[in-house]
Amino acid sequence: MSAVSAVHLEKASASTVEAPTRETETQGEEELDLPWQVVVHNDPVNLMTYVTMVFQRVFGYPREKAERHMLEVHHKGRSILWSGVRERAEFYVQQLHGHLLLATLEKVV
Amino acid sequence: MEICRQGDALQISDLDPFLAELLRQIPQSTNPDGAPAAEERLFSRPSGEKEICAEWKSYVEPELRGLFRTASETVAADLTQLNGNEKSLRNRTLRIPVEHADAWLNTLNQARLVIATKYNFSDEELNDHDRSPIGSRRDLSLFQVNFYGFLQEFILRELSGQAGCEPD
Repeated sequence: MSAVSAVHLEKASASTVEAPTRETETQGEEELDLPWQVVVHNDPVNLMTYVTMVFQRVFGYPREKAERHMLEVHHKGRSILWSGVRERAEFYVQQLHGHLLLATLEKVV
Repeated sequence: MEICRQGDALQISDLDPFLAELLRQIPQSTNPDGAPAAEERLFSRPSGEKEICAEWKSYVEPELRGLFRTASETVAADLTQLNGNEKSLRNRTLRIPVEHADAWLNTLNQARLVIATKYNFSDEELNDHDRSPIGSRRDLSLFQVNFYGFLQEFILRELSGQAGCEPD
């Protein structure tokens, strides 16, 4: 991600960066054997503020959680944004691609 | 150049001819033709699994192309305000309706990604905001990427209600 606004954001968020987080939707028993995850990968062009906004819009995350995932993408190269059934994961990846983020659908191993 | 929000529009005023020309180049800058890497970046693979990728290419990619095209056409329509020769562009004002903000964010992102991929800019270059646009086509393109990024930041700030204009 571009660091156009990275410095201020990182300073502001440094104390809140935690271990990698994985968002899991509450699911029925029949869905639990269909583990897919939505992964967002780092991109040097997309602005950090833009990525945060996309996470808020697509997943409905509050700003702090969206920023945490954004920083995880920035520092670790990827972040698992969501996991659950394949159809829903495909929907999220399509939404992310619509915002031009690098996102993939992966089977949980 | 001054940039602020006026009512239900984002306003870019006191545009000099150079920046006005960069704005006019936004729609055409989204075109990845002749640069397969840029095309691949706009329509990146959704998975490592062939079956998913094949389905994606058939059903999702056309939708994404339509989405990107519609956004670009919206921006192009707004930019007709800047039509004219260089002299007439002096101190011109561009008004972007707030409801077009998403189309602008998307199109600016398309343009930034295509340009950056075509020139294969390094992280260091992308973070060098002080480089002069005068020197080479590469320097100009880097300036273009950063200028479009600045516009994105402004639009994002306005959408989140973090900025405002002085009243007239």
